[in-house]
Amino acid sequence: MNLTLKIWRQPGPDEKGQFVNYPVSDVSPDSSFLEMMDVLNEQLVEKGDEPVAFDHDCREGICGMCSMYINGRPHGPDDAITTCQLHMRKFKDGETITIEPWRAKPFPVIKDLIVDRSSFDEIIQAGGFVSVDTGGVPDANAIPIPKIDADLAMDAAACIGCGACVAACKNASAMLFVSAKVSQFALLPQGKVEAKRRVQKMVAKMDELGFGNCTNTYACEAECPKEIKVTNIARMNREFFAAKVCAPSE
Amino acid sequence: MGKSFTQSSLTKKFVMAFAGLFLITFLFVHMGINLLVLLPSTDAFNIAAHFMGTNILIKVFEVVLFGGFFIHIIYGLILQVQNWMARPNRYKVEGWSHTSPFSKFMIHTAVIIFIFLVIHMADFYFKAKFFGGVDEVMIDGKPYHDLGALVLAKFQMIGFVIGYIVAFIILGFHLHHGFQSGFQSLGLNHSKYTPLIKSLSTLVSIVLAVGFSIIPLVIYFS
Repeated sequence: MNLTLKIWRQPGPDEKGQFVNYPVSDVSPDSSFLEMMDVLNEQLVEKGDEPVAFDHDCREGICGMCSMYINGRPHGPDDAITTCQLHMRKFKDGETITIEPWRAKPFPVIKDLIVDRSSFDEIIQAGGFVSVDTGGVPDANAIPIPKIDADLAMDAAACIGCGACVAACKNASAMLFVSAKVSQFALLPQGKVEAKRRVQKMVAKMDELGFGNCTNTYACEAECPKEIKVTNIARMNREFFAAKVCAPSE
Repeated sequence: MGKSFTQSSLTKKFVMAFAGLFLITFLFVHMGINLLVLLPSTDAFNIAAHFMGTNILIKVFEVVLFGGFFIHIIYGLILQVQNWMARPNRYKVEGWSHTSPFSKFMIHTAVIIFIFLVIHMADFYFKAKFFGGVDEVMIDGKPYHDLGALVLAKFQMIGFVIGYIVAFIILGFHLHHGFQSGFQSLGLNHSKYTPLIKSLSTLVSIVLAVGFSIIPLVIYFS
């Protein structure tokens, strides 16, 4: 495959960026998107040019590090995958592929295609944790949990925090991410202790960081590599109002 | 409660959704009264309009209604500005995920509906209420504003008919997303009922758009 890559190049956080075209030839349709990027970078290094900076780690779709906005879609033209799981056979020979970083005020560009996603860490720090008793290890079956609740909590916990929901949302809203992190604990007895405080703190932090508001367009759900459902957002809304209206004020 | 509650993004969405759903109930009442103008005599329409303009309970309700409009518009603007601010640098290739296209144009359809609302208020509501300019008609010995005659006269003008119909088709687009979206914002999403609500959303948008649009069409062509 011969392709033209139109890549966003930005030397640093405060510097002006621009799109630069790179032709790449003899790309195997069986290679992954990141392998194709590796080939490009090798060529750039051999020529003495600066390689394209991009995030990656596990390269098997579980770490949530890769974060490219490819031809108008986070993680590119396939469903329920991360960029590292994207294959070049999803593109046509001779195609021009536009590659951009995630675009959101709380995700500032560090360099080229790498953005700072520590705002997600701040949201987790605000309330995404549970109290753990000290003492001996409790029996695994000591706490009864309905199967459906366990399933839904696990589905929510599948979120890898890659930020594709924010990147896909026309409002750069983080509500799918926050709602998944609220839901994974809200559904389980272990998470009940901080439930009311958790949702309030995490939503307040999300607002403070400057993420947009959900308009229920559901682009987040359509683009999430882990297929997190927007029913989590409705659950977060319920948790929030229940906490604000019914919980005793501290 | 406190500041974090009143200023939270979720609260704003909740209030906006609640106000929006309330406004939809008003639209159905409004449409029901409007359809009376198609009866052979406009007396029923004039009496209904008089009742809506003078009944004390309706007058109280009118304040709530204006509050609903005000809150829905103001919160909509605040949320939209925040949304624009959340992405200062746009994408070169804009995303087009497999989602409802109506949901992406809520602010655009809202602006057109607002412009229509201002023109509509000036043409009918303020004219009847404050400015005068509406003839009187005697029904059973009592004087009524002849709003029926005003409507019939307005809908003889093709420009007015087209503008009115376009506005209601756009309102239909707005409600197609707005109705079902309101339930999600209120936290109501259920595997069994949400598909029903989405179908209802389509039905509500079509009934209101067609129900309002049929009036100028019938008047113009009869």
